[in-house]
Formats: sequence, C-alpha cells, structure tokens
Amino acid sequence: MDGSRIIERLRERFATAIVETGSQWRDHTAVVDRAAVREALEFCKTNPELSFDMLTDLTAVDYLKFPGREDRPRFEVVYHLYSLPHNHRVRLKVGVEEDDAVVPTAVGLWPIANWFEREVWDMFGIRFDGHPNLRRLLMYEEFEGHPLRKDYPINRRQPLIGPRN
Amino acid sequence: MAQRTTREMYLGEGSGTGSRHLQVNFGPQHPAMHGIIRILAELDGETVVRGDVEIGYLHRAFEKECEVGPYATAIPFTDRLNYVSPLINNFGYASAVEKLLGIDLTERCEYIRVIMSEISRICDHLTCIGASAMELGAVTVFLYMIKAREFLWELVEDVTGARLTISYGRVGGVKADLPEGFAAKVQKAFKETREVLDEVHRLLTGNRIFIDRMVGVGVLSAEETVAYSITGPLLRAAGVGYDVRRAQPYWAYDRVEFEVPTQKGADNYARYLVRMAEMEQSMRIVERAFADIPGGPINVDFEGRPIDPGAYVDRGKQGKTDGLLLIPITLSPNLQGQNRAALERVNAADKRVVLPPKETTYGSIEGLMNHFMLLMDGYGIRPPVGEAYFPVEGANGELGFYVVSDGSDRPYRVRCRPPCLPPLAALHRMLEGGMVADVVPTFGSVNMIGGELDR
Repeated sequence: MDGSRIIERLRERFATAIVETGSQWRDHTAVVDRAAVREALEFCKTNPELSFDMLTDLTAVDYLKFPGREDRPRFEVVYHLYSLPHNHRVRLKVGVEEDDAVVPTAVGLWPIANWFEREVWDMFGIRFDGHPNLRRLLMYEEFEGHPLRKDYPINRRQPLIGPRN
Repeated sequence: MAQRTTREMYLGEGSGTGSRHLQVNFGPQHPAMHGIIRILAELDGETVVRGDVEIGYLHRAFEKECEVGPYATAIPFTDRLNYVSPLINNFGYASAVEKLLGIDLTERCEYIRVIMSEISRICDHLTCIGASAMELGAVTVFLYMIKAREFLWELVEDVTGARLTISYGRVGGVKADLPEGFAAKVQKAFKETREVLDEVHRLLTGNRIFIDRMVGVGVLSAEETVAYSITGPLLRAAGVGYDVRRAQPYWAYDRVEFEVPTQKGADNYARYLVRMAEMEQSMRIVERAFADIPGGPINVDFEGRPIDPGAYVDRGKQGKTDGLLLIPITLSPNLQGQNRAALERVNAADKRVVLPPKETTYGSIEGLMNHFMLLMDGYGIRPPVGEAYFPVEGANGELGFYVVSDGSDRPYRVRCRPPCLPPLAALHRMLEGGMVADVVPTFGSVNMIGGELDR
C-alpha cells in the first residue's frame, strides 16, 4: 500500500490521537499520542490491510539541542515497521517528555521489542511500561547516566568496574 | 565405608543423589566463540534449559561518535561495524545521507556499489561457513574458505587500498573509480572461489557427521523468525524469501538478475545451504553488473600530457590559467582512479557534497573554494532539516541507517539498525531444548559480528 494511504488509514482509525503526519524522501511518518501508541501499534500489526509483521527498528532521538523544537517534548521514540505480505514501510513516532519518560512496551506484539527497548532505556533513559526485564543492554549495570542523551558529554569517562562477586 | 555417589564425591557427604540444574558461563572470552558475547546457560545434564545472552562487550559508542563530527567523518566508523563486509556499511550510510540530500548517483557508481557489496557479501558468508565448520572440527573447510576470502580481499585491496578499514564509500559516490583490468581480476578470483565452493560442497553438504550435527539443530520457526524481525539468511532459511535487494531495490539491483535462495528447514543446515547458494548468486550479480556497467575503461578521454601537480599550481599562480583545467595531472598511486574523468563518472554532479577533482582544486579558484567549503569546520555537507531511513541488504540481513539532520554539518542523530542484533535476541530460543555441544555451532550459524552488534 502507498505510504500516504497507510497514514490515511491511521488517521481514520485514531483521528485526534495522530498528532502530526509527514512525508519526506518517500518515508511516511505519523506522530502518535502516547496514550494511543499501544493501540496504534496493535492496529498496524493486526489490520489485514496494513499487517506490519516486522518491527524493523525501534530507537529514540533526543531533541534537546535541536533548533526550533524547544516547546516540543524532549524525546521521540521511533518505530520503523515493515510488512512482509504488503512490502510497505511506515514510521511511527511518540513524543516523550523528560520528566515523564515512559512509553508502553511493545514486547507483547513483537518479541524483538524486548532488546530494542532495553537499548533505548540504556542509551536514553526512557522506560517502557510493562517490559518484562528492563536491564541495560550494551552498557554495564553500574554505568551512570544514559550516553546518547545530548547532555551526556562525549568526553566523560567513567572508571571501569572490577569483576563482580 | 558406604558407597558414595559421584555427587557426594564432589560436593561432600550428605549432598544426596538428587539432581540440580547447573549454570554454565560461556564467554565473554571463550576460545570457541568468535565474538565477545556471554551466554549464561542453565543445564539439565547436557540439555540447555535456559539461556541468557549478554552483549555489549564491544560497545564503542558508534552512534554517539557520529554526532560529534561532520557527516563524512562517520564513514571510517562504519568500516568498523561489520568488519567482514565493511563496504556494505560504507555504502549504506552514504546512501542514507544521500537520501536526506536528495542526490541521484551516477549509473556507474550504482554498479560499482553493487559489485563491491556483493564481493563483500561473499567474504562474509565464506567467513561464517568456514568458522562454523571449524567449530565442528572441519578445519580443512576453514582453511579453504579463508583461502578463497583472501582472493576476494585482494580485489578489495586493489580497489580501496585497504583490506579491512576501507573507507571507500563517499556521500554522493565512491572514493575512486575501479582500477584498470579489474573485471579480469574478478573473473580470476571467482574461478578460484567457485573451485573452493565446489570442494566445500563435496566436503560438507553430504557429509554424514556434518548433517548429523546441523540438521534439526538451532531451529527457529518461520513465525518466530519474523516476530523477532530477523532478516537475511536466517529468515530465508526459514522459507521466507525476503531480501531488501529484491523487495525494495536500491542502486542497480533492479537491473541485475539474481535469485533469492530459500530453504524450509529453519535449522543450521538450512542456513548453511542458503549461504552457499547466495554466494553463487552474488557472483552471478557481479558478472552481470560487469557486463552492464557503463563508462567503459578508465583513462580513455584524456587529452594532452599529464603534468606534475606542483607545476600545475605554479602555472595557476602565474595566471597562466588558459586551458589549464583541461590538462590532466599525474596523480600519486594513492589517488588512482581520482582524476577528473574517473571521478566525475563515479560521483554525483553535486557541489554541495562531492569534492572536486584534484585538477579543478589546483587549477581554479572555484575548485579551491569548493574544496574548502566541503572540508572547513562548520561547512561541509549540510543536508536540509529532516530524517531518512535507508535499508540495504547486509550480509546478515537488513542493515538500516536512520539519520536525522538539523540542517548543520553534523548529523544530529545516526542510528544503525544492526542485522545481527535480532538473531542474538532470539538466540536463547534456538538454544533452549538443545544440547550443550550445539551451543557453539548454533552461535556460529547466526554469524554474529561484534562490531556491528555492539556498535
């Protein structure tokens, strides 16, 4: 299905919960309200016309230092979905405020979300509500801070930890 | 003295005869693991009951480092993602930035990217099969395959000047045109590679021991493979014929013929067969691409005698610029394939992105300005505000780059979607219920590349 029709379908179903839509370089994007994201993902996966059976990627962007976005939520969690039967893609985004950095988990829909969400928690400090095991994925447990946040300085060093027990 | 049980011998009197699960720690540095990863396995006898996979030992902050420097500085970092097929990473990143900029490549460059990507893919598959065969005791296969990989790496060296850290991709094109006589060298290397593949087929494909160890081991059903977003050979070995090159063609993949081999088994043996078949298809793609590549041989449209770069600059300084731009300069062997004719053939005609040829830089003020506008701090490549996701078919599956631009000369965010992360996330599903001796072969069939997994 053409990207703009996917977005249309989402708009029909979720109306005001779709905060913003856009298309750039043939990529179609919908920004979904956080309250509706779980439903929107489920709709994308189960609707036979969309049937996005693959969560290709799940990541986040920290817009702290992005010019012209001061009044918008600091983080955006980005879902890239792909459908094997229909061979189409879509990008969903959810705005997340810094002081309430929680997003509902997608583990129930795609098991791969387990690791992707662990990585986002590790790198950005965004929690995923309902995640079965939200540990750090790449850094070690004792690591302080979330390195991909824009206010984490590139040259900050943390002493390596010794072996545990 | 009463008969002691084995358990009591090890654990002391009174520990009884009951059985308990044993925790075994594989890695992070295990001689049989070609990658730094830790598997915490819970064993019941020799059966793996539960596996917990821990990664991150090779994390080098790739994504963070990309945000610090200009767009072009990320290219050497991408070499170090999948270090067995670095060319694909180079081109994948460059293509994501090109998508942000809305640049079209020259046709010759598209073909070069296809050719070099496929050569890298063969290298990757050779390494994977060779290493996993070695882990089953077939050291001969490993040696044969590394021999074949050597022929291919010589080709890579011929084009890029390096074997591993190649940095050959450029936003808007590639570093240099293919060297002279490259097609013939490829033909020769492929002949050797085909012989090796034949030998390996004879050694492994019908080998009783190999089949016993591989068939039905490490199975992951097609549904689960899809649910875990696993792409590449693992998905195709489960019977799903998804390949980014076919589903959403990029570069010149819509103009070359190839098949997408699939298998039904979804086990280690099916993965082996898919990889073997894919190498043959990759060679077919390269041969087809060489038949179709436009531009012909290099250095045909030269006029006049090449002069030394120093003399070139001197003439320019003296104001003798009349016709200077048409005179070619002798370039050092390190800049082979970068003279104007060659560079224009393989790079997009876009001054916002592509460095001018050396003749223009040395011989005209516009060229010099162009050169510095691309290299000075705060200038450089400046895509418009926006974001783009560009997937390519890496050797292990879909390799995607998601780049966000804030309009400055540095990427605001670079996300690499590593093809080996989903299989590793599902590794415990492949191991559980299997034997402890199958942990390493299954891990080998996943072809985990630490650089790409941990970034």
